Amino acid sequence: MAKVPVQFTLNGAEKAEFIDSGTTLLHALRDKIGDTSPKGGCHQGTCGACSVIIDGELRLSCLTLAEACNGATITTTSGLSEGGVLHPLQRAFLDAFATQCGFCTPGMIMAAKVLLDHTPNPSREDVVEALSGNICRCTGYEPIIQAVLTAARSNSQNAA
Amino acid sequence: MELRKSYFADQRKDDLHEIGQPRPRSDSPGHVTGKTTYFADRNFPGMLHLKMVRSPHHHARIRSIDTSEAEKHPGVVKVLTAKDVPHNVYTILILIQIGPEDETVLADGKVRWKGEAAVAVLAETERAAQEAAAKVKVDYEVLPAVFDMDEALKPGAPIVNEYHGRNYYLYDSGECRKVRFGDVEAGFAGADHVLEQTYQSSPIEHAPTETTGCIVAPEGNDRFTCYTNTQAMFFTLDNTSIILQMPGNKLHFVGGTVGGGFGGKVDVIVEPIAILGAKLTGRPVCFIYSREEEMQISSPRAAEKVVIKDGVMNDGRIVARKVTGYTDAGAYSRHSPYGAQKGAGHYPGPYTIPNVWIDTYCVYTNRTPSSAMRGFGVTIGDFALEVQMDKLARLIGMDPLEFRFINAYRDGDMKAHRQPTEGAALIECMQEASRAANWPVAEKFMAMSSYAKGA
Repeated sequence: MAKVPVQFTLNGAEKAEFIDSGTTLLHALRDKIGDTSPKGGCHQGTCGACSVIIDGELRLSCLTLAEACNGATITTTSGLSEGGVLHPLQRAFLDAFATQCGFCTPGMIMAAKVLLDHTPNPSREDVVEALSGNICRCTGYEPIIQAVLTAARSNSQNAA
Repeated sequence: MELRKSYFADQRKDDLHEIGQPRPRSDSPGHVTGKTTYFADRNFPGMLHLKMVRSPHHHARIRSIDTSEAEKHPGVVKVLTAKDVPHNVYTILILIQIGPEDETVLADGKVRWKGEAAVAVLAETERAAQEAAAKVKVDYEVLPAVFDMDEALKPGAPIVNEYHGRNYYLYDSGECRKVRFGDVEAGFAGADHVLEQTYQSSPIEHAPTETTGCIVAPEGNDRFTCYTNTQAMFFTLDNTSIILQMPGNKLHFVGGTVGGGFGGKVDVIVEPIAILGAKLTGRPVCFIYSREEEMQISSPRAAEKVVIKDGVMNDGRIVARKVTGYTDAGAYSRHSPYGAQKGAGHYPGPYTIPNVWIDTYCVYTNRTPSSAMRGFGVTIGDFALEVQMDKLARLIGMDPLEFRFINAYRDGDMKAHRQPTEGAALIECMQEASRAANWPVAEKFMAMSSYAKGA
């Protein structure tokens, strides 16, 4: 099958790959580039485990064609911590016991990051709305909501 | 949180420092950084993808299977049918002597539920495997099916599973698990009121975010490494060893973090066929359920039917309880004979009742085989029992919590299955619940103890 070149920035690093046309971004990231932090839970855009940030917007990588990401800037949860220091959202998820099996966690953190990037001081309702596309079957939603609110508070304290 | 050691005279004397203190989970740093390795976070060069051809019928005889077109499909490497599986008929609990073997890895001559695996296709890509699976031709003769436990137990019902020869599991105690304690009919005769109610539940799917699957890599030394999200590592290893007639030392199972299981990943379903595929092709094999398969094919919690008949006195004492429980195993046993048996031990509830009669049946129907899920054999029973307790309290005009104090088991009480009660803390839990929920009960109940009799 003819290969298609794709090139994008992933977590600050330039990536270039030849892929089969029609490959999803989820498969390209996991199987080609080796970033397995986005997870495949449904491959049909309903569970949110594959969520990544493309040019500042929350996207489902299982429904995004890799070749449509040429020139894009992509962020995944594996690229959030810097120099071994956890991002405030990662810290908050850790401290609030907001993980159980962990499979939904990278997607949840992506959704939460886009929320806080756009809405630094969200209400509880804002958080619930922002996470509504991410399914946690361990049903640990309450600690997750609390973690996002805590991260927002620590961000605004740092900014003050 | 507070640990009240005063409740338990035999508590160890040294102070413990963990309860009430937050301790970081050891796996959380991996979860929040995306570094935790799940079984599917692996990729091997030359890895094949396995897809199943599944039965579209609830019950049918297989006249013939034609795989010729599928084998010609570009990218297809191997197509497997029943004859390729060394020991095709198995049952998970044979490891603890709960037989007979009653389930096929790949259907052989018959399918007994809609979705049953008939043919496995191995191809270079997921897409090629899917397309080729659609080209397998299976000629079915559709048979009458039964979906309801009451219908399945009627004389003349279609036999779901010939390995049992009847639509219920035959225990060593007969057609059901039995508990007999006291004289239940005398209890009913002497009761002020008798209440019989029927409770039913539907199957429940666990729907873990990570679907069931495994990746198998053939090693250079004739061994196979199987990366799996099974919740039952050694059950799976030992059953695979039986199914493939392969010594256990050829099988290296690697587990790890499971992306949600809830009991739905204790069956031995994907690993044996994936390892067989790796053996016959010499290549790594990936077999992961699609979301649709996870919802439709993986075992749900069993549908249950519970009939409870209680004799109760006006002063609140339950004097007799008769329970008949039915567990819908679907077409195959898997863990259901055990689940139904657990119910038999559990049905008296945490209550001391002098006359108890329990029968629990494990019933076969042409439905998706059911299996473990969070307290299976007990959870639905608890729902039924506690709703029944509320109804009984209402019947005699008593507060439902006080009614439970009167009947709560306490240390030294003999349970219906003849295990003396020890370490019961039900009274103390209910006292705490009464305070926490601001649901006051009479002072005499707050003075009760699981240890000291009286009051």
